[in-house]
Amino acid sequence: MIWVAWRMLTGDTAKYLGAVFGVAFGVLLITQQASVFVGIISRTANPLSDVREASIWVCDEYLQNADEIEPMSDNAVYRVRGVEGIEWAVRLYKGMARARKPNGLFRQVILLGIDDQSLVGAPRKILMGDLASLRRPSAVFIDKSGYESLWPGEPLTIGREIEMNDRRAVIVGICETSAPFQSFPVIIACYSQATGFVARERNQLSFVVGAPVPGVSPAEACRRITAQTGLMAMTYREFVWLTIKYYMENTGIPVNFGITIVLGFVVGTAIAGQTFYLFTLENLRHFGALKAMGVNNRRITGMVLLQSLVIGLIGYSLGIGMAVAFFEGTKQSLPQLRGINIPWQIAVGSGLVMIVIMSLTSLLSLRKVLTLEPAVVFRG
Amino acid sequence: MVLATVSEPSAKEEVPAVAGVACHGLVKDFGSGENRLRALHGIDIDVRCGEMTLLVGPSGCGKTTLISIIAGLLTPTAGSVTLFGTPQSALRGDRLVDFRAQNVGFVFQQYNLLPSLSAVENVSIPLLVVGWRRPAALQRAAAVLREVGLGERLHSSPTKLSGGQQQRVAIARALVHEPRLLVCDEPTAALDAQSGQTVMGLLKQVAVKSDRTVIVVTHDSRVFQFGDRVLEMADGRIVQDSVTPRGSQELVRSENSAS
Ligand SMILES: Nc1ncnc2c1ncn2[C@@H]1O[C@H](COP(=O)(O)OP(=O)(O)O)[C@@H](O)[C@H]1O
Ligand SMILES: [Mg+2]
Repeated sequence: MIWVAWRMLTGDTAKYLGAVFGVAFGVLLITQQASVFVGIISRTANPLSDVREASIWVCDEYLQNADEIEPMSDNAVYRVRGVEGIEWAVRLYKGMARARKPNGLFRQVILLGIDDQSLVGAPRKILMGDLASLRRPSAVFIDKSGYESLWPGEPLTIGREIEMNDRRAVIVGICETSAPFQSFPVIIACYSQATGFVARERNQLSFVVGAPVPGVSPAEACRRITAQTGLMAMTYREFVWLTIKYYMENTGIPVNFGITIVLGFVVGTAIAGQTFYLFTLENLRHFGALKAMGVNNRRITGMVLLQSLVIGLIGYSLGIGMAVAFFEGTKQSLPQLRGINIPWQIAVGSGLVMIVIMSLTSLLSLRKVLTLEPAVVFRG
Repeated sequence: MVLATVSEPSAKEEVPAVAGVACHGLVKDFGSGENRLRALHGIDIDVRCGEMTLLVGPSGCGKTTLISIIAGLLTPTAGSVTLFGTPQSALRGDRLVDFRAQNVGFVFQQYNLLPSLSAVENVSIPLLVVGWRRPAALQRAAAVLREVGLGERLHSSPTKLSGGQQQRVAIARALVHEPRLLVCDEPTAALDAQSGQTVMGLLKQVAVKSDRTVIVVTHDSRVFQFGDRVLEMADGRIVQDSVTPRGSQELVRSENSAS
C-alpha cells in the first residue's frame, strides 16, 4: 500500500509538483525573511565586529551601541594596561567622516583608526595593496563596496586620493569588511592618522581593545578593568550583543521584520498546507475506493503520512536550495545583502515549522479521509 | 481459463443451493428528525451463489443504498445481512474491512481506477490489500487482465483506455482476489451498447463459472437478458422478483460453444 501511496503521489506530476513547490515556497519565504532579518540585525556592530583578535572591549561607561560613541581620554589605554591579567591593550578609533573626491562628490564614511604599531583591527581580506603601507603618511584602506560606491563601474586601483577634513588621504589598499548596518564606505587608517581626518575634539579614544593573559578569562579581566578604572568593559560577545539589543529595542527593525516573518510564516503555511490538503481532497475518491476495497484506516493513515513526508522532505530541500540560490545569486547584484547567509538554526527552524505545518495539514487531510464513508464510491 | 479454475474445479458442475447473501428486514434511514428520509423500507432477499442477480428500478429507488449495505459499506438502520453464513453484525471495525477485502469485489460506474497506476498495477491492488507480495500480485493481475482480453494493454495508463476497456480493467480488479461476492453499480451506464454487452458477458461468465454471487445494479434495459434473476425495486421496496427464462447454466454453455 505504501507503494500505491507513492505511485499516487508521483504519478500525477502536476499535482505532485504543485504540492512540492507549495512547501518549497513556504520554506523559501520563511528561511529567506528570517535570514535577512538575522543578517541585518547582526550587522549593527559591523565593521567593529571584524576586530576578532580583541576579546576585551573597553569604552565609556554609558555606551549603548557601536554607533553612538562618547570618547574617552587618551590615557585610558594606559589605565587598562595597568590592570593585572591584561596581556595587551591598544587604542581603536571609530567615527564618521566625510570623504570628498577631487571632483567635489562626497560621501559620509565610517572611519576606523587602528593601533599604529600592532595594527590590531587591520582588515583580514586584502584585495589589493599591502598592509605595511598603511603606516605611511596619509595612507588609508577602503572597503571594496565603498570603493565601488565612490567610483562606480571603475576598476579597483590603488593610489586614488580623497580628502577628509581638508586633509589628503591616499588609498593604498582595498579590502573586504563585514557589511556595515548603514551602507557607508569603510575607511581604515592608523590611529594617529584617523584622528586627523575628523574635527578635533578634546577626547578622541573610542575603544580600548585587548586580551587577557592565558589563564584569565575575558569576563574576569572585564570585571577587573571595570573595578579598577570605572570604564565599561565587555567581552567581544557582550559588545556585539549590546548593539544588537539596542537596535532590537530602540528601532523599528524587529517590528518590521517580525511582521514580514509572521507574514512569511502565514503565507508559507497557507501555501504549503493548502496545496497538500488539496492534493488529498483531489484524491478523496480514490481513497474512498481503496477503503471500499478493504484498506483499513491504519493503512490509509500510513499512506497519507507517507505522502506528506515525501512532499515535506522534497519541498523543504528544494526551499532551502532556493534560499541558498537566492543569497548566492544576489551576492553580486545586491551588495546590500552581501554577507547574509542562512544560519543553520534558521534552516533547522524552518524545517521544524514545516514539520508542524505538514503534521497539521496531514491531520486535517486524514480527518477528511478517515471519516469518509466508503459508500461515496458509488455516488457520481 | 483462469477465471473458471480459481476455486475448486470439482464444485463447478452442480450449483449448490447455498445462500450467498441473505437480507432480512433491511431498513435504511438517512438524516434525522424533520429531514429523515427512509431509503429502504424493509427488504428481504436471498441471493444464491452462482447466480447473476440484476437489481433494477428508477433512479432514487434505493438500489445503491441496498448494495452498499450488502457490501458492508453502510450500516442498516434495522434488519440484518448474512454473507456466506456470516452475519455482518458480528463483524466490526477492521474485521469488517478485512472481510470485505477478502470476500467482496467492486465494479463502479465511474471505474475508479487510479490514473497514475498502469492497468496491471491497478488490478494488483486487492491482492496487495490481502497481503500478497508485489511481484506475485502483478503476475496474477496480468493473467486476469489477459482473461478479460486486455493482455495487450497491461502497462497502459487507464487514461489511455476506452471506457469499455477501463471497465474491463475494473472487472479484473474486482475479481483478481477471487471474492465470493461481486457488487456492480451501473457498470454499463457509461458505455456504448457493444462495450456494455462485452462487460455484462464477462460478469455473467464470472458468476456462473466460478460459483460467485454477482449483484448488478442497472437500469440499462439492453442488458436485462444477462440476468438469471431480476429484482425490481421501487421506492425502497422490492416490487418484483422474476427468474429469467434462460437458466444460467444454459446461457454459459451456449456462449462457450459459440466461442
Ligand atoms: N448519504 C445520503 N444522505 C441522504 N440521503 C441519501 C444518501 N444516499 C442516498 N440518499 C437518498 O436515498 C434514496 C435512495 O438513493 P440511492 O440508493 O442512491 O438510489 P438509486 O441508486 O436507486 O438511484 C434517494 O432519495 C437518495 O436521495
Ligand atoms: Mg444509484
